[in-house]
Amino acid sequence: MKPTDITDPNYFHKVVDCQWACPAHTPVPEYIRLISQERYTEAYMVNWDSNVFPGILGRTCDRPCEPACRRVRTEEKPVAICRLKRVAADHKGDIRDYLPRIPEQKNGKRIACVGAGPASLAVARDLLPMGYEVHMFERDPKGGGMMRSQIPAFRLPMDVLEEEVNLILELGVVCHFGQEITSMQALLDQGFDAVFVGTGAPRGRDLDLPGRAEADPFIHLGIDWLASVAFGHTDRIEGKVVVLGGGNTAMDCCRTSRRLGAESVQVVVRSAFEVMKASEWEKEEAIAEGIPILNNRPPKSFVVEDGKLKGMWFECVEPVRQDDGRLKYVPSGEADVFIECDHVLIAIGQDNHCPWIERDLGIEFDRWDCPVLDAETLQSGNPKVFFGGDSAFGPENIIWASAHAHKAAISIDLFCQGKDVKADRPPEGVNLISQKMGMHEWSYDSEHDPAPRYHVPHADLSRSLSNIKIEVELGFDRHLGAKEAQRCLNCDVQTVFTEKLCIECDACVDICPMDCITFTANREEEELRQHLMAPADNPAQDLYVSGDLPDTDRVMVKDEDVCLHCGLCAERCPTGAWDMQKSIINIPQVHA
Amino acid sequence: MTFVAKPKTHHPKLPRNELGLTRRDYEGAVSTLCAGCGHDSVSAAIIQACHELSIPAHRVAKLSGIGCSSKTPTYFLGKSHGFNSVHGRMPSVATGANMANRELYYIGISGDGDSASIGLGQFAHIVRRRINMTYVVDNNGTYGLTKGQFSATNDKGSTSKKGVPNLYEPIDLAMMAIQIGATFVARSFSGDKEQLVPLLKAALKHEGFAFLDVISPCVAFNNHNGSTKSYEYVRGHSSALALADLIPTRDAIEVDYAPGAAEDVAMPDGSTLRLRKLRDDYDPRNRVTAMDTLMRMNEKGEIVTGLLFLDDDPSDCHEILGTVDEPLASLGEAELCPGSERLETINAAFR
Repeated sequence: MKPTDITDPNYFHKVVDCQWACPAHTPVPEYIRLISQERYTEAYMVNWDSNVFPGILGRTCDRPCEPACRRVRTEEKPVAICRLKRVAADHKGDIRDYLPRIPEQKNGKRIACVGAGPASLAVARDLLPMGYEVHMFERDPKGGGMMRSQIPAFRLPMDVLEEEVNLILELGVVCHFGQEITSMQALLDQGFDAVFVGTGAPRGRDLDLPGRAEADPFIHLGIDWLASVAFGHTDRIEGKVVVLGGGNTAMDCCRTSRRLGAESVQVVVRSAFEVMKASEWEKEEAIAEGIPILNNRPPKSFVVEDGKLKGMWFECVEPVRQDDGRLKYVPSGEADVFIECDHVLIAIGQDNHCPWIERDLGIEFDRWDCPVLDAETLQSGNPKVFFGGDSAFGPENIIWASAHAHKAAISIDLFCQGKDVKADRPPEGVNLISQKMGMHEWSYDSEHDPAPRYHVPHADLSRSLSNIKIEVELGFDRHLGAKEAQRCLNCDVQTVFTEKLCIECDACVDICPMDCITFTANREEEELRQHLMAPADNPAQDLYVSGDLPDTDRVMVKDEDVCLHCGLCAERCPTGAWDMQKSIINIPQVHA
Repeated sequence: MTFVAKPKTHHPKLPRNELGLTRRDYEGAVSTLCAGCGHDSVSAAIIQACHELSIPAHRVAKLSGIGCSSKTPTYFLGKSHGFNSVHGRMPSVATGANMANRELYYIGISGDGDSASIGLGQFAHIVRRRINMTYVVDNNGTYGLTKGQFSATNDKGSTSKKGVPNLYEPIDLAMMAIQIGATFVARSFSGDKEQLVPLLKAALKHEGFAFLDVISPCVAFNNHNGSTKSYEYVRGHSSALALADLIPTRDAIEVDYAPGAAEDVAMPDGSTLRLRKLRDDYDPRNRVTAMDTLMRMNEKGEIVTGLLFLDDDPSDCHEILGTVDEPLASLGEAELCPGSERLETINAAFR
């Protein structure tokens, strides 16, 4: 293999599995270290800078970082990254001095953001410090988008939402709330220099089954129903409730119903439990609240008698694993089941829907009604119009909206400055800084803590079921937060090897607890992976290969897969050929 | 010296031996030797050899004297028996222990000071007595613990860290061992585990006195230009004469060697010792030619490594003395005390 190029920003970025998996590339180990130092405000700002909504995301994020966490591979359970983010938000001090200054003198460019959800808010935050005048248009009377309308208060308290939304609005957004934009052409005619569309995926999917029309008064589309609960239009649901769907919206619908007086609630899912789209912890919470989840039951029809919904028929199927690993559902042979119910909440997905964008403006749409965009710049066929969040590539989640927003803001800035939105984009970079403080002294807590993942305290069940505004998860307190923070492996403190200093004494090989390091003859990657101290069977994780060593022409090979970043290789190295260096990945933003 | 303890967490795919143990289960306390010390690699090689041989840790006794080398038994086989004895007196303690219980594996760890200076007399006599043990000398040519004076194995003309040459002739412990009756003699290098681990495995399975002279550089006091026991010098000036691999019989590994280059020796426990000659003119089973080759190579400043001498039908001290098969330590009062009548008869024989 060729020697690894550690100046490539992606190399060490990939080693920081959580940061690499995070769409916004939040420097997770950095803020976790700040939490363990009780520097909550700084920890919050590291997050705010990268993902814009730390308090909200600390409760609601889809957490792509957690399954990626190295601890899943070295032990079992990932660091509770998301809950630690909440610790930073819950315990932060006054952040006003840390916020970017908004110039009094504007740069003369006017930007329209359609929708006041996470994507638009993040675009506004990125552009306001550069002197842009940002106008935000929103159908609802308040900002927040789906964070307000679709996430129930028992998961995301209103004050947390308002604090982070208002923080951005107060940077100087010109708000046009409570008015729906019905024509893109009309908006463009107002002379904006660029338009950012962050309208989400607003259309809940319906079910076209026999009896659907007659049953209509008793059937509610999940996201619309949640919105009407959020805005106080709905505060009760009577009788027996069936929720259709296996995603997070379905989980929110069933748990909300449970709190609004439903006599019984059950979730019926067409597919198997393990392939449900809902996050693991959302399923667990619903089950913990006594809500049954019925799987492998595709809906067949609605039954209405005397103008009232009586129930629904479901088929019975069973999953069969195909050769390609996918599940195929075949009839199980059981008789169809009838489930009595008074209300049905349909939460089987949502779609993009932009009827307000005229089709002659150069913006093309694909067959899912998603705009055709450049994935890197988020620019549409009309160069003035950019998309982000769910309205860009279909339903995702908040963290993706932040990620899109940073990219779109860069594009909008370049576009407004007359630069090329592709060629002139700022590059990613990496800085490596030694963490050695002295003999056996590192600037990070290198010692490995084998503690299992700490449980987060919950509010008393009967109490939280009685009131939709009572938050279920109580979050880690300072003490538990500090303990959980210690579980982080500091994957951003990298093992950096300098071959010309190495005397091949094997001290690092002998001390490495995970058998990551091998000195051997160089080979092709596939072969090399089988000639190490322990087989490197995870091709998703790179091998770090040195140049030829001075004495023997062998190479040092380090399998990054299960390295604990304990620093013992550097600790035992007599010549400083190994050093622990913090990699700071520079993810470009407009203001950076 | 490391203050951060080595985490117990290990690689999820670490191989397990017949006892269901990983290599990590054979470790000891964390080393307090200087970072980069060759002795730590020797300890790691012993850990690996014992793991690969599936030796139960409680069937091993580790014995040592005084010095950097003699500290190392703490750093491997943490669940084995151990005795850290007086400077240079490990052979006496090993002899006593082996006499009392012939069924344990004995690993003696000594250094060039412990065996070639203060304990030279003890060393010579344990070799003569052929105690069934593996005697390892971590040979770094210097007194590291007292800050770098020349030891008795330091080559004449080799310089100290400050550039002063050594004026005295070196003692070659491997040569001495061959001369006075060791039945397994090897030399290796701490920086070459591919050679050292198989030699250690063969030595542990050898039923006689096995001696390993392991050149193990002292990074603090003897790893400079001018030293003949530095990592760089040893790598540039050593060559192996013959190698030994221990093959458990159930793995019938077919390896192609040049004709005559490999020879299999059956071991008493059913395993096979595969002897690989790396030079046509070298016969590791001939004491005279072995010594002759060693002397000639020494004169050229070349370090010979690998298996230097093997008696494949060894005898040990118990065989020489004709002791009973059962360990003396486990004999009961009836066997040990034949009674006053029998004593009378014995005494009468001397009157």
